[in-house]
Parts: sequence; structure tokens; C-alpha cells
Amino acid sequence: MWLAEAPKGIWLFISPWDELILSALCLGVIAIAVGKYGVPRYLKVLDERAAVIEGGIKRAEEAEAEIARIRSGLEAEKESARLEAASIRDDAKADAGAIVAEAKTKAADEARRISDAAQRQIDSERKAAEVALRQDVGALAGELAERIVGEALKDSALAGRVIDRFLADLEAQAGAGKAA
Amino acid sequence: MSSISNVLTAALASSDGEGGGMHMPSLDELYPEPFWRIGDWFEFNRVDLIRVIATVGLVVLIYLGARRTRLVPARGQSTFELAVGFVHKQICEAAMSPQLARRYLPFIATIFFGVLALNITGVLPFLNLSSNGLVAVPMILAVCAWIAFVAQGVKTHGLGHYLADNLFPKGAPKWMYILLTPIEFLSTFILRPVTLTVRLMANMIAGHFLLTAFFVMTSYLVIEGSGLLKGLGLVTAAASFIFVVFEIFIAGLQAFIFAMLTSVYIGLASEKH
Repeated sequence: MWLAEAPKGIWLFISPWDELILSALCLGVIAIAVGKYGVPRYLKVLDERAAVIEGGIKRAEEAEAEIARIRSGLEAEKESARLEAASIRDDAKADAGAIVAEAKTKAADEARRISDAAQRQIDSERKAAEVALRQDVGALAGELAERIVGEALKDSALAGRVIDRFLADLEAQAGAGKAA
Repeated sequence: MSSISNVLTAALASSDGEGGGMHMPSLDELYPEPFWRIGDWFEFNRVDLIRVIATVGLVVLIYLGARRTRLVPARGQSTFELAVGFVHKQICEAAMSPQLARRYLPFIATIFFGVLALNITGVLPFLNLSSNGLVAVPMILAVCAWIAFVAQGVKTHGLGHYLADNLFPKGAPKWMYILLTPIEFLSTFILRPVTLTVRLMANMIAGHFLLTAFFVMTSYLVIEGSGLLKGLGLVTAAASFIFVVFEIFIAGLQAFIFAMLTSVYIGLASEKH
């Protein structure tokens, strides 16, 4: 082996110059690599990451505020929409009442009009029927009497009076029957 | 069992001789013959080579970890950030304010990674020796640490106040200063760098002795032992494996202690009362 003598005692703690210089050189290189190259890069990444995280937190807060704002807007809009719907419903109810009432009066009027017209038609038809009936009955009675009484009763004036009296009786009879 | 101890004694006794027997570790391995000289003052030996290898290895690792730093780290960068982050959070910020921790991180990280890299060669195959067993690197780092904490103290308090605070502890009766001031001076300004140096150096020497002893015993027992002794060799082989793991731990621990104490000293010097 290539062993030299180790120093004794205190000389262990006293370094030869060449050893010190080489050690200082090595430590200098390490200091540059660690302190000037490695650590600054580490700190830079650390700061960037912190900035990104802070930025992210800030963005999240902003988004949250935005959402809250939109939500409160939505709430207000919903409330106003609800109110509007209620008022529309009330209006519609009122309108419906009015429409129903109007329709009712219209229907009642129409019904009255129709029944009146019907009544009038019935009345006029009855009158016409009465007139026609009277003429027919008169004619039939005249013919009957002519045949029964014959030539004696050719005097038309007398015949007319007889007929009228007969019809009056008939009417009285009919009126009594109706009254009964 | 007495036969085992006889063999061991015989082996130890013959360790000075050439050839067979056990060569137990000694300090001599830290002072090998140089294989390169410049003039008559600069020598380059095996320990220097180990120191240079450790330095280059560390520089390469730092470069690999930090060459492409991105927000979302790749594997190498993650490891790098984990390591530097450990020094940042566990060592610097544990002892000083976040602002100071940031300012001193390059310095403390240099100490931590430098000591770790130079220590770890003690367990690397074929190197098997930590150059921190020599006084040079521990001493230089301890002197740097001393300068750093004194400078920080002077910067924070001013020279007069800093010395007064350290040498004349408040609250003690005046006559006690005859006793206290020399003790405080010794412990703060002399013993701190000395203990930093000796702790690291002695740990590395002891670790080297421990590992080498087990390696040497194992190879001797397995190669030259007979029967039962070969079995004992297996035991020492297992033990050397355990001690390798232990020495890896010690390498990290000593780097941690050196960096931690330095940052504690700086932190103490920067404290306002």
C-alpha cells in the first residue's frame, strides 16, 4: 500500500496548505453549484409556484364573488318574475270573471230574444190560424145551414146575422171552455 | 470460544507483518503517499481524489436536478426540490425568520450538501473513505460559519451591543462577570467552531475505522478462517452491512448537525431582545 505516516496529536488539526487550498477550491465549486445555481432556481420555482397558487386562489375568490353576484341577480329576477306571474294570474282571473259575466248576460239576452221571437211567431201564427179557422168554420156553417134551410135562407143579410150569432156563441163557448 | 479469541489475537498481532493476517484500520489511511506533485508544496493523494470526486458528483447531481426547473416538476427536479426544501424548511426556517432563512439558504445549503457529499464517500464502494476525516474541510466550513454568525450579530446589534450581549449576560450580578465573561467568550467564539470541526472530523474517522474493521475482519475470517470461523465471518459480514447503513445515516446526520448548528448560531445572533 501507499501509506505514509499519520501526524500525531495536535498536528491532526493543522492542515497543510495544499490540503487547505484544494478543500477551499472544492467548497468554492460546491458553493457556486449549490448557492449560485441550485438554490436560486429552487427559490424561483418556489416563488413562481406560490404566485400561481395565490393567483389561483384569487381567481377562485373572484369567480365565487361573480357567482354570488349572478345568483343574487337571479334571485331578484326570480322574485320579479314571480310577482309578474302573480299579477298576470290576478288579471287573468279578473278577465275570466268579466268574460264569464259578459257571456252570461249575452246568453241571457239571446235566450230572451229567441224566446220573444218564438212567442211573437207563435202569437201571429195563432192569430192567423184563428182567422183561417173562423173563415173556414163560417164557410162550413154557412154551407151547412144553406143545405139544411135551403132556399128560404137565401137572403144573405139574414144568413150573415145568423152566422155571426152562431160564431159569437161558439166563441163564448170556446171562451168558457178556455176559462174552465 | 477461546480458540476464536486466540485466532483474533494472533491475527491482530500479525497485522504489522507483511502478507497474511489482519490489517486493522489506522489513521495512516487518511495520509496516503501522494501520486501527483506540483513543485515541492502541492501534493495530490487518494484522499484529495476522493474529495474531487465527491465535489464533481455533487455538482452533477445539482445540475441534473436544477437544469430544467418547471412549475410542475419532473422526477429529478422533485428530488432536488425535496432536498433543498428540507434545508430550507427544516434547517433554516427552524432556526431563523423566513426572510433570514431565504438569505442564508445558499450558505446553509452549501454546508449541508457539501458536508453530505464529502461524508458519503465513506460508504461508497472503492472510495470507502471520507475526506472529512481530514481537518481541512470541516475547519474551513466552521470558520465560514463563525464569520457568518458573528457578522449577523454585528449587523443586527452593532459590534458593541453584540459583544456585550454575549460576553456579559444580563441578569447576572456584576462580580459574576469575572467568571462568566471568559466562559461565554470561550463557548461562543472559540468552542463553537472547534466543536463543529472536531465533531464532523471525529465522526468520519470513527466511521471509517468501524467499517474498515468489519470489512477486514470479514474478509480475513472468510478467507483464512477455518470451519466455525467462516461462520463468524458471515456474522461480521451481516454486521458490516448494518454498519454501512448506519454510516449512511451518520453521513446525513453530521451534515444535518453542521448545517443546523450553523443556522442556529446565525439565528441566535439575529435575535432581537
